[in-house]
Amino acid sequence: MKGLFDRPEFYRIITRLLAPIHVQFMTSLVDLHQQLESMRPVLLRFAFLQLRNDNAAEDAVQEALLAVLEKPESFAGQSSLRTYVTGILKFKIIDHLRSLKREVALDTNDDESETDLIDSLFKANGHTVSMPNAWGEPESTLQQKDFFRVLEICLENLPEKTARVFMMREWLELDTEEICKELGLTASNLWVVLYRARLRLRECLDLNWFGNH
Amino acid sequence: MRFFLYSCKQAHQIVSEGLDRPLTVSEKARLKLHLSICDACTNFNGQMQLLRKAMHRVALDPDPTNATSTDPKQR
Repeated sequence: MKGLFDRPEFYRIITRLLAPIHVQFMTSLVDLHQQLESMRPVLLRFAFLQLRNDNAAEDAVQEALLAVLEKPESFAGQSSLRTYVTGILKFKIIDHLRSLKREVALDTNDDESETDLIDSLFKANGHTVSMPNAWGEPESTLQQKDFFRVLEICLENLPEKTARVFMMREWLELDTEEICKELGLTASNLWVVLYRARLRLRECLDLNWFGNH
Repeated sequence: MRFFLYSCKQAHQIVSEGLDRPLTVSEKARLKLHLSICDACTNFNGQMQLLRKAMHRVALDPDPTNATSTDPKQR
């Protein structure tokens, strides 16, 4: 994996930034660089979940990190650096999704077992086979770091195409019309894919976080 | 009356679709009625809301509960 220091753009940017030399500024730039590097692994995991392609994921993350270094002053006053970088990364990922579009046409009708997934949860009369348990207080769940680790593992375990669609909707927060347009899906097709994704995630969290079954 | 009631299977799907499109007045009413008498779907609805909230936090920050440690203002 190429680090920031291996990229020529980095030195171009640094040279430009060095013009008004200022010790404190340099310290904060080195500091910023270290903080960005520490975020790289988690950003890469999420970029990969969305793009399902190592090179595209690395490019998107690299572009996002460089964009921050290029204009560190734009970050001033933002809520947190991580939120700021994540926002930029999402734009980079959308760009990559568009350029990958033709290569990865999405076929959501290839997985027959998906229909069984829904059917397996309900009896013939439409009642649930097993009652979904209450998950307790949402806020206390969302305060727990490990919950997000389990959620990430559950996202990784989704079928590839389902995961990509779900991430577009819930992580990139694209609206459904836009996703349909990008992927060539009908609206009702998309709703079903998202519904299946949620059912799978619900099962996975129920089992691995809430310890039910 | 019976035709107006959702089965759990229908209610589950409407709960999910409600996250992706505005429900019609009739759908909202039927769902509300179903949820008022069904704990299973009420729990499911809560779980879907939690999932939405959790993903929204991840959308802002892929490592949500770690956020403050990288905030330069706190250093």
